[in-house]
Amino acid sequence: MKKRVIITVCASLAVVLILAFLQSLVVPKYADNREGLLVGEYYAEAGGHDVIFVGDCEVYESFVPAVLWEKYGISSYIRGSSQQLVWQSYYLLEETFEYESPSVVVFNVLALKYGEPQREAYNRMTLDGMRWSSSKIGAIRASMTEEESLVDYVFPLLRFHSRITELSVDDFAYLFDRPKVSHSGYLMQKGIDPMDGDATEEGRELLDYTLPETSMEYLEKMRALCAENGAELVLIKAPTNSWRYWWYDEWDAQVVKYAEEKGLAYYNFIDETEEIGIDYTTDTYDKGVHLNVYGAEKMTEYFGRILEEKHGLADVSHTEAQAAEWRTRVDEYYKERNR
Amino acid sequence: MLFASYGFIAFIAVMLAAYYLTPARWQWITLLVGSYVFYAFAGLECFVFILFTTVSAYIISRLIEREIKKENDYVAANRDTISKEERKAYRARAKKKRFHILLWGLFLNFGVLAVLKYSAFAVSNVNSIIALFGAKTLSLPSLIVPMGISFYTFQTMGYLIDVYRAKVTPERNPAKLALFVSFFPQLVQGPISRFSELGAQLTAPHRFNAKTVSFGLQRVLWGYFKKLVIADRVVIAIKTMLDSPEEYRGAYVLLLILLYSIQIYADFTGGIDITVGVAEAMGIKLAENFDRPFSSKSTKEYWRRWHITMGSWFRDYIFMPISVTRPMMKLNKAMAGKFGRVAASKTVAYIATTVTWFVTGLWHGAAWNFIVWGLLNCLVIMISEALEPTYKKFHQRFPRLTESKAYSKFMSVRTFMLMGVIRSLDCYGNVGLTFALWGSMFTLGGLGELLSGGIFELGLAAKDFIIVLVAVLVVYAVSVASVKGSVRERLYGRPVLSACLFGALLIAVIMFGAYGVGYDASQFIYGDRFR
Repeated sequence: MKKRVIITVCASLAVVLILAFLQSLVVPKYADNREGLLVGEYYAEAGGHDVIFVGDCEVYESFVPAVLWEKYGISSYIRGSSQQLVWQSYYLLEETFEYESPSVVVFNVLALKYGEPQREAYNRMTLDGMRWSSSKIGAIRASMTEEESLVDYVFPLLRFHSRITELSVDDFAYLFDRPKVSHSGYLMQKGIDPMDGDATEEGRELLDYTLPETSMEYLEKMRALCAENGAELVLIKAPTNSWRYWWYDEWDAQVVKYAEEKGLAYYNFIDETEEIGIDYTTDTYDKGVHLNVYGAEKMTEYFGRILEEKHGLADVSHTEAQAAEWRTRVDEYYKERNR
Repeated sequence: MLFASYGFIAFIAVMLAAYYLTPARWQWITLLVGSYVFYAFAGLECFVFILFTTVSAYIISRLIEREIKKENDYVAANRDTISKEERKAYRARAKKKRFHILLWGLFLNFGVLAVLKYSAFAVSNVNSIIALFGAKTLSLPSLIVPMGISFYTFQTMGYLIDVYRAKVTPERNPAKLALFVSFFPQLVQGPISRFSELGAQLTAPHRFNAKTVSFGLQRVLWGYFKKLVIADRVVIAIKTMLDSPEEYRGAYVLLLILLYSIQIYADFTGGIDITVGVAEAMGIKLAENFDRPFSSKSTKEYWRRWHITMGSWFRDYIFMPISVTRPMMKLNKAMAGKFGRVAASKTVAYIATTVTWFVTGLWHGAAWNFIVWGLLNCLVIMISEALEPTYKKFHQRFPRLTESKAYSKFMSVRTFMLMGVIRSLDCYGNVGLTFALWGSMFTLGGLGELLSGGIFELGLAAKDFIIVLVAVLVVYAVSVASVKGSVRERLYGRPVLSACLFGALLIAVIMFGAYGVGYDASQFIYGDRFR
């Protein structure tokens, strides 16, 4: 009997170890879809930021923390990922406050248009990178589509097991480590693909322009969370306005009204591209849907001035250690930019 | 709650813990509560129906018991005062009375089943006829079909008939009867148990036994292997073909027949493995429902080895009673005088067989394709019976051939194909279409297209077919090995090998199972059908 118990325990341990190894093997490495790695990279730099950006692709493609530091001495981090929904931003922010106390939180409002979970693939790109905490569980619960299950997040093997027949070299290369892809949450895109004729197209007409109740609820929760943690919430709309992700005037009016009611600053940069200096023939890598690194640098410089002048970040002080870290980050940034 | 869901696995874990932590004499109450909780997941409104069956079965069985007691008491008290004829006449009257009580039970319960499950079918048929005359068609409110209603109704009615036949003593504790009716592992897809085999087991105390529990869980794992690795993967290609059956003719029909045979076997036997395994882990032995059916050499043999508990239910409670009804006895007598005893008894058997298969078809589903499926099975069985003397002559003439392994394999393959072809009525769901597609197997080729890559355009890539093939070979190997006795029992003596094999099986289920996001996890075919 004793022998049988020992064999059972050993076999169980072996099975667990094999499954753990297989899990590492089959979970996506996001070698091609680098966006999937953004959220997870935060923890290496967590703490001591003056500004935290939250939102979707429009934040991690429009603002460059290295430039913000270099030009204004403002330390920042972008907690953004592809199609990051409002509630995901909320929970990421909640988690961020566990690590640090930024003075300003910048939220890009485009995601307010989504009132329901969208696609599982995007959920995974945002949520898989989060460390386990009540915020992560909250984010998962709020984000799951009908086909998803919390168990699949706890044991990603159950979700990605079918990849066992689709493994690539990357799955072995990044078995235990992931490549670093961002610069403090900024995902560099150096390509240039100018806006073409599509740029003149506007978004199609909608039946109802009311922003979903759920998104507005989470926006309000985010405002309360910031207030609770002594941070100022600043709302922005990144300058791009492709017909694919059109920002309607009717939506804008609702955000303006909300910001006025709550006493928040709201900057819609769509109509300020000239002041910013954005040229859509050179500053976008995908026909005007997102800014490339050249556009993002211009946007960052412009916004840095606003932060400095209007949000009390003119004379923020940092320790020598922080400054040294940022010098390294800035160097790394330019190394890749000029490569 | 689907068997193939995390919720069910969690439920089983909680149930097992609760069951063995409960003092032995109260374990059956835990089981009853668990069964009702399980049933509650199917919708609280379904409770009304299962409670109705339980309460009505309890009352009817107690009434029958009272009548039996009254009869026996009367006969015992008047043993010396009444003649043998009087006693016989009294017993006949008492039996008739009991029969009327039983009829009420059957009428009420089968009535509920008929209304819920078959009224839409009946109304649609009536409407088809009415429409011919241009009259206004009937409408029917949508009715719920409670989970497992066919299974628990048939099982409970079997119990009532057994009580009527005085084969079992009725359960006096209504809660214990409620457990027999609602025992959760078998609610979804059977097996259809007999009270004489299951009743006492359910309420008996079962102390924790590591071997029993591990055997049960091993069986559950084996069931998941069949269901998730084979059935739910193969179903992807089947669904593609069924979505546009007109496009997939000729050789594709043959492929569908083959794949559907694999799917239904893996799905149904896998489900039963899970059912039997869960019960076994609690020390309860359920009836086996399969005995390597695809190795059967005739249709008759196939039906003795496939869905055994259903077959025996229909044999004991439909075929046999019909065979000995008064009109049948009269017919037998009348024909015996004119055509001989053999012809007479065969005629009676054929009539009873036809009725039984008609009901079997109807039980499988409220649609014509199921009825035709049942009648075709019946036809094949009757033709085989009729040709039996010819076969015998052939076997006597060529003993070396008919006793060879090759001939034996040929008979198995023939039965497999025949059953597969008839079974395709089940998945196409339309009699006319199925007949047309059977015809296309002979008139249209499509084999070239299928083999030149068409097979990989059905939603399954080459690697999926390889996974299925390997898994089917594993199932086949285990099936062959089980002929010599329980595989688990033999492995028990070799704990290292056992641990390696079941560890590998668990990893195979997790890695190669077709479940989760991206897969449309289908419900168990029988559970889905027999709600």
